[in-house]
Amino acid sequence: MSEPLVRIRGLKKAYGIHLVLQGIDLDVHSGEKLCLIGPSGSGKTTLLRCVNWLEEPTGGEILIDGAPIGTVAKGGRSHRMSDVELARMRAGIGMVFQRFNLFPHLTVLENVMLGPVRVLGAGRAEAEATARGLLAKVGLSEKVAAYPDRLSGGQQQRVAIARALAMKPKLMLFDEPTSALDPELVGEVLAVMRQLANEGMTMIIVTHEMRFAETVADKVVFMADGLIVEEGPPARIFRDPQVERTRAFLSAVEHRV
Amino acid sequence: MMDGAVVTPEMLLYLLRTLLIGAGATIWLTAASLVVAVVLGFGLALMRLSDSKVLQGIARVYLEIFRNIPILTQLFVIYFGLSRYGIMLPATVAATLGFGLNGASMLSEVFRSAILSVDRGQREAGLAIGLTSRQAFRLLILPQAARTAIPPIGNYAIGLLKDTSLASAVAVPEIAMRAKMLVAETYLSTEIYMMVAVVYLALSLPLARLTALAERRFSPHRSAA
Ligand SMILES: Nc1ncnc2c1ncn2[C@@H]1O[C@H](COP(=O)(O)OP(=O)(O)OP(=O)(O)O)[C@@H](O)[C@H]1O
Ligand SMILES: [Mg+2]
Repeated sequence: MSEPLVRIRGLKKAYGIHLVLQGIDLDVHSGEKLCLIGPSGSGKTTLLRCVNWLEEPTGGEILIDGAPIGTVAKGGRSHRMSDVELARMRAGIGMVFQRFNLFPHLTVLENVMLGPVRVLGAGRAEAEATARGLLAKVGLSEKVAAYPDRLSGGQQQRVAIARALAMKPKLMLFDEPTSALDPELVGEVLAVMRQLANEGMTMIIVTHEMRFAETVADKVVFMADGLIVEEGPPARIFRDPQVERTRAFLSAVEHRV
Repeated sequence: MMDGAVVTPEMLLYLLRTLLIGAGATIWLTAASLVVAVVLGFGLALMRLSDSKVLQGIARVYLEIFRNIPILTQLFVIYFGLSRYGIMLPATVAATLGFGLNGASMLSEVFRSAILSVDRGQREAGLAIGLTSRQAFRLLILPQAARTAIPPIGNYAIGLLKDTSLASAVAVPEIAMRAKMLVAETYLSTEIYMMVAVVYLALSLPLARLTALAERRFSPHRSAA
């Protein structure tokens, strides 16, 4: 198989003495959709945030398209990347947060245009055309001039997805994008994500939506206590889990739903 | 002695004109001090939020010094104290410096807490689309912090306007100073201080209005389009 788009090796993250990620090895290939599942506190969010270095790993290595993120090798030693170099790498990685994090002082359109204008150096007219296109795609053409706090949670999350897509990322990270939503709004966000998946986007998705994971994922990764317990195609993880821990988690989730 | 004396319209006009000249000095002093306080206060807030322990320390020491000495004492130290070392500042400049340095310590706290009040997720969302830390601060944190900071800045400005009357102690010819001189000259203390009260009110009410407008300017929905 070709070089993976994301290659994670021996990833460790500690908060004080608490080792939250205990050595994660994971590959994500271009076009692949990976769903991360696991109990609360297992380190899913931390793993995702290490991929774009919102969290600085304590150890291990993350390569994006073959290039290490966060560090550069200089004179045989590895140094921390400059703020500008790191920003340039992050620009190619979209992220969607559980709590949307739209910019409340900007309109929906301005939210989506900010990155292209300030980071990619796009002209305003070009950036606006792109932004309008993306907002149409997520079904929010009527809301371009609205401020985020006038939107429902589901609408806000769709704006957040458009905002990330405006950077033309080669990889999208989703951290429980629907878990802050009222149940009746979950569907509209999942539909947008499903469409994105169909278009071939590479996606790493932390989710508790097991049905979504089962139908969209190429690979499901089950984490517990900062380690990958089991990974494989969704059919196997959900229908025929090999490890007792996975089975316990899945049946607990099933009973909750 | 003045009891029963007739106060002529000419006299009232003279009083008013003199007080309004003083009001000019009050406005100037307030505005100049506010500029010093805002610029320096913002710098101090950035120092306290920086990663450098040295800068943090300097800002903290500054804060403790200026916060814990009465403003009148600060004015005396700057005006009379410095003159002993051959530094002769004009009274208005000394007062501007005094109020400005003092105000900076208060506003630095306003700025600092306004900046800290912006949700952490804002910076992260900015970094995630590829902004640098600096861009995220300038484009996301600052505009949102500004909205939080405007009402307290407005309150501070109104307080400052009133406090500038203390500058009469170092002979700045602002309203309070003019009033004192007029009373000594005409003994019309009731008329004079009524006028002083009205002038202060006429200055601070628009300031409050201005603050409200500025707050609106920085809040969402301004275009409502
Ligand atoms: N900034 C932090 N400082 C200290 N501990 C942290 C920090 N962030 C996360 N943790 C701890 O790290 C562990 C993993 O957290 P993480 O958020 O990655 O879990 P998660 O799998 O995403 O859980 P959830 O399903 O609840 O979102 C938890 O025990 C958490 O308390
Ligand atoms: Mg999480």
